[in-house]
Amino acid sequence: MDSSLIFYLLSALSVVSALFVVFSRSPIYSVLSLIVCFFSIAGHYVMLNAQFLAIIHIIVYAGAIMVLMLFTVMLLNLNKTTEPHKTNMTKIAAVISGGLLMLTLLASIRAEKLAAYQSPAPSELGYVQHVGLKLFQDFLLPFEISSILFVSAMIAAVVLAKKEKH
Amino acid sequence: MTNLLQTPEATQNWYLLLSTVLFSIGVIGVLFRRNALIILMCVELMLNAVNLLLVSISAYSGNVDGQVFVFFIMVVAAAEVAVGLALMVSIYRSIGSIDINVLNKLKW
Amino acid sequence: MEQTISALSAMIAPALLIPALPLLGFILISLFGKKLGHLSGWIGSLMILGSFVSSLVLFNGIGSEGKLNFDLYEWIKFAGTSLSFGFLVDQLTLVMLLFITGIGFFIHLYSIGYMHDDEGFARFFSYLNLFVFFMLLLVMGNSYLVMFIGWEGVGLCSYLLIGFWHKNPAYNDAAKKAFVMNRIGDLGFLLAMFLLLFYFGGLDFDTVNNAAMSMEKGSGLLILTTLLLFVGASGKSAQLPLYTWLPDAMAGPTPVSALIHAATMVTAGIYMVSRSNILFIQAPPTLDVILWIGIATSVFAAVIGIKQNDIKKILAYSTVSQLGMMFAALGLGAFESGMFHVVTHAFFKALLFLGAGSVIHAMGGEQDIRKMGGLLKFTKITGFTFLIGSLAISGIPPFAGFFSKDEILANAFEGNKVAWILLSLSSMVTAFYMFRLVFLTFFGSFRGTEEQRHHLHESPITITLPLMVLAVLSVIGGFIGLPAVFSDTHTFRSFLNPVFEQGHTLVAEHAHPSHATEWMLMGIATIAAFVSIGFAWTMYMKNKTLPEPDEQLSGFSKVVANKFYVDELYDKLIVNPIKVLSDLFLVLFDKLIIDLIVNLSAILVDVTGRTYRLIQTGNTGFYVFAMVISMVLFLLFQIVL
Repeated sequence: MDSSLIFYLLSALSVVSALFVVFSRSPIYSVLSLIVCFFSIAGHYVMLNAQFLAIIHIIVYAGAIMVLMLFTVMLLNLNKTTEPHKTNMTKIAAVISGGLLMLTLLASIRAEKLAAYQSPAPSELGYVQHVGLKLFQDFLLPFEISSILFVSAMIAAVVLAKKEKH
Repeated sequence: MTNLLQTPEATQNWYLLLSTVLFSIGVIGVLFRRNALIILMCVELMLNAVNLLLVSISAYSGNVDGQVFVFFIMVVAAAEVAVGLALMVSIYRSIGSIDINVLNKLKW
Repeated sequence: MEQTISALSAMIAPALLIPALPLLGFILISLFGKKLGHLSGWIGSLMILGSFVSSLVLFNGIGSEGKLNFDLYEWIKFAGTSLSFGFLVDQLTLVMLLFITGIGFFIHLYSIGYMHDDEGFARFFSYLNLFVFFMLLLVMGNSYLVMFIGWEGVGLCSYLLIGFWHKNPAYNDAAKKAFVMNRIGDLGFLLAMFLLLFYFGGLDFDTVNNAAMSMEKGSGLLILTTLLLFVGASGKSAQLPLYTWLPDAMAGPTPVSALIHAATMVTAGIYMVSRSNILFIQAPPTLDVILWIGIATSVFAAVIGIKQNDIKKILAYSTVSQLGMMFAALGLGAFESGMFHVVTHAFFKALLFLGAGSVIHAMGGEQDIRKMGGLLKFTKITGFTFLIGSLAISGIPPFAGFFSKDEILANAFEGNKVAWILLSLSSMVTAFYMFRLVFLTFFGSFRGTEEQRHHLHESPITITLPLMVLAVLSVIGGFIGLPAVFSDTHTFRSFLNPVFEQGHTLVAEHAHPSHATEWMLMGIATIAAFVSIGFAWTMYMKNKTLPEPDEQLSGFSKVVANKFYVDELYDKLIVNPIKVLSDLFLVLFDKLIIDLIVNLSAILVDVTGRTYRLIQTGNTGFYVFAMVISMVLFLLFQIVL
């Protein structure tokens, strides 16, 4: 019972903060609510026995990516609430088509039997050693290749963002 | 496709539901906003919805593969954000805006 | 009879070297010609000399009885048929090899002097080497296919060399004419090859010959095949009705005329018929066709030769005439005699052309014999060698032409009296126009301008040396085939025996003429030649008649001088209808139907593109909308199914 309460709370937090991301006027608030959303998702991870992943998630998303986002907002001086909004027509269309997508997805899940929430049985599945073993045994090659991806992304970012000399 | 997502445990449907909702909110955000930065953030939201689903499947099926997949998705997301933000900075420098309605030069 | 295998296989390397050297020369000169400058002429000549030496080695190694036949590799393989690329060197090939490379070398040497000041010096030698390569391929191939490669290759080189001075449009036209005329013949050759492949089971000579041996003599298939082959031969060897390209081919530099359009390439047709002798013997009607076309060509061209005034044109018509005589010999089944005449003709006709080149050189480019005269005083070597060549072609004993021509005439006498009379007539006419040429050019008084008279000089050693060598060959060349009255063994005939003996078993041996008949024939031929020469002497030396200017011609002589209007006839009968027809097709098919199809498809693409590009607004939001809607549709599709 305890865990289901936590789940409901965390879920409500994620959905609300996600909605804030989309609908808040100022980009700063969007970023901040996205951070909140990510934290709630990290909570979900902990509940799902993925403790290591939860920590990584916080470090990467909340710590690195969102800080980067914040810096960009600051750099581009976007903290203006005067962002030109779309017309009402397009807004309605956006909401309708998004809702349509959600309905279709839910329909495809066909969740007739929605029993009361029950957290998975505690296990050591998400411990560092299990994930690490899996990562370095079965997924060693993709793991190494992802380093190449990072290097290229880094170079690309530097090349793109540096000031062009004319 | 639908069968793939259905597991014996009916409780897992809660996570399916949650991630679907989060994903759809991300889609709506992409459609709704014109600020390219926010759109990028909504994309991150969608990615995280998928991550959540993967972790839940991993947890309920007792297989750690799902979590490893999440790692790789994070890798891609980090790289994507780095390049995406760099692009935005350079677009902003040259055009003075990151409104996607202004960025409509990609046409005949 | 059988030589050891090892002795023959040792011959493969020099055999491969023969075509390889000119090819190497062609590649070297065409790649580095600009840097090499005049050195390229010497390189080209050396390559041919190398081929000549290899040919001598081969001649020595294979001798009069051996036969080298090997496949280099399997070239084309399909549906149970395999065509290989291989070489065959037997006595017939050896004869061709020796005189192609031998005369080829001297003509290369001559060209070094003759083309010395030409800006296309290197290009000339690269073409010349390429020509020799293809010619060698032609005579060395062991199948019709390899022969055809050489056949087409020499046609190409002939085209390139006729149009060598490509800045002159008339020369280009002559080159194109030669190419097109040859193409008609090549079509015949090609069709014959298809028939051979389909009905004879292959293209290599052995297969075809064996198949032909087993066929019924004179069957329709054999006649058709041989006739088509002969169409090919008559295109390449300038027989009626495809001869008109050869006189025009004189537009090329004179060494080219000597090498390609007198000595070697034009005899390819003779070679081809001789090579296929079994096929042709098995098809007697074709042999008759060849005989009469040969005779007709010989007489026709000889008559035209009387009224020509261009020194090279006279020689060109004489070549056509002599080729006709060779074909007549083939038509009589006397393949050895035909080949014998090919060889001696190569000697004296190359000599005559090179001599003409030397004259043109001395006259500063003038080719009209009406403006020459008395040149013997100025150009002694050229004059005397030219005289020897003329004596040889006229059939004066003991020069080379006498023996070969006499042999053909003797065969004609045995085979067909009418043919003998006509060929003798042609031979008389030949003697007449050749000495008309000699008297007008080298004797009498000079009729050119003062400036030309000052310019008159003997040519350099590179030009005169080949002349002297060829003159010697023209004198003694006939002794390789002495008639029976002089010697028991006919060296040339017995040498070629391995090639033709199989064919000879297929025909009833006709009696050799008795010695008395032979003496009589030789006497008649010699007297006829002397009469003709005397006639020419009376006209052009004693009476000092000059050929009248073109405008004053009338009656029959005008018709002859205009070459019987054959070119004009072809224009009217063939060229103009084709032009009209192509105009019709242009309007009917090209403009109406094909253009419509092409334009319609273009319009279709254009309209579709214009419509669909409206979707591409450049608005990212719209794209995302489209994406989401599509996702929804896909998912719905999944659920509904």
